[in-house]
Amino acid sequence: MYRVFARPQKFSIYFRQIIFEIDNIGISSLTIVAIISVFMGGVIAIQSAFSFTSPLVPLYAVGLTVRDSIILEFSPTIVCLILAGKVGSNIASEIGAMRISEQIDALEIMGINSASYLIFPKIVAALLIFPFLIALSMFLGIAGGYVLGVLSGSCTAYEYVFGIQAFFEPWKLYYSFTKVLVFAFLITSVSSYCGYHTEGGALEVGKSSTTAVVYSSILILLFGLILTNLFLT
Amino acid sequence: MIEIRDINKTFGDRQVVKNVSFVFKPGQTNLIIGEIGCGKTTIVKLMVGLHQIDSGEILFDGANFNSLGSGEKQEIRTQIGMLFQGGALFDSQTLEENVRFPLDMFTKLNRAEKTDRVNFCLQRVKLEGKNKLFPAELSGGMKKRAALARAISNNPKYLFCDEPNSGLDPKTSIIIDDLIQDITREYNITTVVVTHDMNSVIEIGDNIMFVHKGENWWTGDKSEIFKATNPELIDFVFASEFIKKVFKEHNS
Repeated sequence: MYRVFARPQKFSIYFRQIIFEIDNIGISSLTIVAIISVFMGGVIAIQSAFSFTSPLVPLYAVGLTVRDSIILEFSPTIVCLILAGKVGSNIASEIGAMRISEQIDALEIMGINSASYLIFPKIVAALLIFPFLIALSMFLGIAGGYVLGVLSGSCTAYEYVFGIQAFFEPWKLYYSFTKVLVFAFLITSVSSYCGYHTEGGALEVGKSSTTAVVYSSILILLFGLILTNLFLT
Repeated sequence: MIEIRDINKTFGDRQVVKNVSFVFKPGQTNLIIGEIGCGKTTIVKLMVGLHQIDSGEILFDGANFNSLGSGEKQEIRTQIGMLFQGGALFDSQTLEENVRFPLDMFTKLNRAEKTDRVNFCLQRVKLEGKNKLFPAELSGGMKKRAALARAISNNPKYLFCDEPNSGLDPKTSIIIDDLIQDITREYNITTVVVTHDMNSVIEIGDNIMFVHKGENWWTGDKSEIFKATNPELIDFVFASEFIKKVFKEHNS
């Protein structure tokens, strides 16, 4: 890890790499994040309307439930778990393939700190782009709940909009984005570590990729629990 | 000049390099030859610092590589060019970006100067006009030549080539061998070539070390190798029936 955070050898090259990784890690994940968020928002809206059978529960609770579910858990945790699968396997297989094809050796022989050159830009890019992805996910999830909730007749537009504004506490966003930053670091560092230490051939690259996803997912759930405990109790 | 003195390397309980000493001369193609698995690639990996030696010394123009600080080691590494067996070109970069990479990292050349240098190197390995191709679009021989262009782009003092013509047809092998020899002589580079290809030995073997079971078994040049009496070397050199026949005809 100390090699990853060693002083960059040439800032302009690292800056270029960070921009490249923002595109590779973040922009290319926009579609999957958007699709999942819209549908999940819709499903939460319909399911919560279906569950609120008591006349004592007002229908604006649908909007409130969608908002809190999306902000507190779905966008920061579930979307990050999905990104661990997409981004984590991509990073581990990319670096693993570079390892077995001697590209990392080539960097070392040139006198380049390969750990820093390959991993540092990925971590920085993820820390920068993940909050934007998750913010987008929150927006689309709540919008998806509105569209599908209203279209399915689960609640009215007025009730939904009232619900998503009711009892809003801004610190929930602070908690949520703290989780996102921790998860972004975990996904990129764990996946890079698995890829960087690949030994063997194509089969081992596949194994590294799987290991990266499994470990990242477990750590996301573990740190999710720890952070929830710290923030919410 | 690179000198190795009594270097040893053990992996687990297997000693793969045993007390190997040799002087690799500048302006010459220095060959490390031997059967597959004899330890020749390990010797090169020890020399470039990819593996650590257990004992001995590796001297780059008199500087003991293993006793240097990280900054000085890095300084020497920037003077090393290496051609890997598989090329080791960066897949995500075009040919031009691959060759320009060492220049971007270690020089203060402006964009136009870098482009000139890249074009010169690609021209030198007969790949002019292929700047925008990706490694996946190149044939095996082109990949080797592209890797050679990258290896020489930063004017290295030391050039290491690991099996430069493995997997290539005889004609392309000769092109690669000739390129290595021309570049070595033109820029007075200390070139170290690992090979088990007898054509390369005959073509470019200025200074040869034969490695057998991790030991330096024989040293000499291409004119001496066919007169050698060392039985293991004779077995290696005359493993091919064709060479045996040519040698017999030549003698008679």
